[in-house]
Amino acid sequence: MKSKKLGKLYKDREIIVKQGDKGKCLYVIQEGRVDVIHETPEGDKKVAELGESDFFGEMGLFEHDVRSCTVRAAGEVRILTIDKRNFFKSINRDSSLAYRLLEKMSNRLREANEKINNP
Amino acid sequence: MPLLTTQGMELTDGSRIAVIGGGPAGSFFSYYVLEYARRFDLELELDIFEAKDFTKIGSSGCNHCGGIISESLVQELATDGLVIPSDIIQRGINTYTMHTEQGTRRIHAPTDEQRIASVFRGCGPRGCLDKSLKGFDNYLLGLCQENGARLIPEKVTRLERTEEGVMVGCSKSALRKYDLVVGAVGLNPKALELFKGICPSYSLPEVTRAYISEFLMKPGDIEKSLGSSMHVFLLDLPQITFGALIPKYNYITLVLLGKDIDKDIVQNFISSNEVRSCFPEDFPVKRAVPCQCYPYINIAQGNHAYADRVVLIGDSASSKLYKNGIGAAFITAKAAASTVVFEGISERHFEKYYKPICRDLDKDNWVGKWIFWVTRIIQKSTVLKRGLLDLVGKEQAQEHLALRMSSALWDTFTGSAGYRNILKRFLHPSLLFGLVKSTLASNISIINRHSHEKQEAR
Repeated sequence: MKSKKLGKLYKDREIIVKQGDKGKCLYVIQEGRVDVIHETPEGDKKVAELGESDFFGEMGLFEHDVRSCTVRAAGEVRILTIDKRNFFKSINRDSSLAYRLLEKMSNRLREANEKINNP
Repeated sequence: MPLLTTQGMELTDGSRIAVIGGGPAGSFFSYYVLEYARRFDLELELDIFEAKDFTKIGSSGCNHCGGIISESLVQELATDGLVIPSDIIQRGINTYTMHTEQGTRRIHAPTDEQRIASVFRGCGPRGCLDKSLKGFDNYLLGLCQENGARLIPEKVTRLERTEEGVMVGCSKSALRKYDLVVGAVGLNPKALELFKGICPSYSLPEVTRAYISEFLMKPGDIEKSLGSSMHVFLLDLPQITFGALIPKYNYITLVLLGKDIDKDIVQNFISSNEVRSCFPEDFPVKRAVPCQCYPYINIAQGNHAYADRVVLIGDSASSKLYKNGIGAAFITAKAAASTVVFEGISERHFEKYYKPICRDLDKDNWVGKWIFWVTRIIQKSTVLKRGLLDLVGKEQAQEHLALRMSSALWDTFTGSAGYRNILKRFLHPSLLFGLVKSTLASNISIINRHSHEKQEAR
């Protein structure tokens, strides 16, 4: 029934976003799960696991910097790409679209603070 | 006349809202009003009046629409955390195929993924035996109910203004008083007249009739004949501005837009070679239509669709010309929702915060009318259609070429971008130069080929 789904299909362990690459898109998980991995000289460290309706790649929308982590499919996963241009056009018309992004980014910041304070 | 003061014209804890109509406009409004109120720590009571049962098969459960969720709407919903479930999606669409009498070209999505959803609005066409089908309208209504909205499955027959609110009456129950009444009644003439009674400055939208029908087919046959591509037709046929075949899981939906589409125009279209070639050879296209309708579509928006404590949204107020009606319902519903929660519910509030959004859609539609006028010229011109096919073919075949024409056509067909944005891109010098070059090259090559064939025949 793959014809009844949206987005692009990634196979298990396929790289969706590579740390160090330049990014211009936001990604929303339609189905399945992904692992967020921080690559260091000491080895890879899984920093988060995301599921349906979660998004990633948001830093690429706001900064002209490279991707800070690698995102890898954990099993088969379907991902929808949100173009930077469409995203900002929509925000320009309807600023409430940014709310969920801010809410999630705030949650992630809180989680990161907790991890630093309680390693 | 708007009230000079807006005192008391704000929603407070316990305020009551009636949404008349539970289609996409009414549901999007309800969903976002309750969502914004939650963020604002505001407790509201919201009732949705919808007499249709969207779990029913056929016309009684359907809001008569082609059922396309545009690329831009899919993205906006996803950004807001609303992932359309796969049991609602009938097919994910990743390409558009443009048919003309001179040939066919396929235009691919900007990225290699399924970015447009085809859905059923109700629970499947008349005669449908598949009880597992789920419709988009029912899905949205369910989201609102999960968020706290109450569904009242009754038809509203009376709206009456009082000093402190608006009374809503149904045939089966007593009058109920509300602080705000929202009209999401589409283009239903009787319901619009009810609203005119409490919204005297409101002028109704201008409408024409479109045509929609559903062809039952085996999923494998649809995969072979249409694939995951929406097929659009630029044919030189009278009164048809736009014709499309939309693949669903086990149905193909035919949509015809234009001026007062009737049976003869439909037959003319279905009989054309270009449409016939999209169906399996032995498929009885002319006899295989269990479910069809001629719904009204909006061709000029309503005006002044608000008053104190009353606002109309979706098709009842403004829509997008010929395209992305669900997307336009989303835009007006969300604008009205943010106005009533964050600003107020007086006529002045709607004038200041809601009207600009409707006016923007209206301005865009004026440009859209011009684009469709040019499209009609292209439809009638063999010379221009050859040029268009040649240019799109070159763009799709060569990776290094900028996809100017393809992306402008993609947005015209999908309704993903505003018409002003599309026009700007159509008028880009490189695109115009490319089109002129392709038109000359393709037509000269055909003239040369014909003269060569004539010489050989002699």
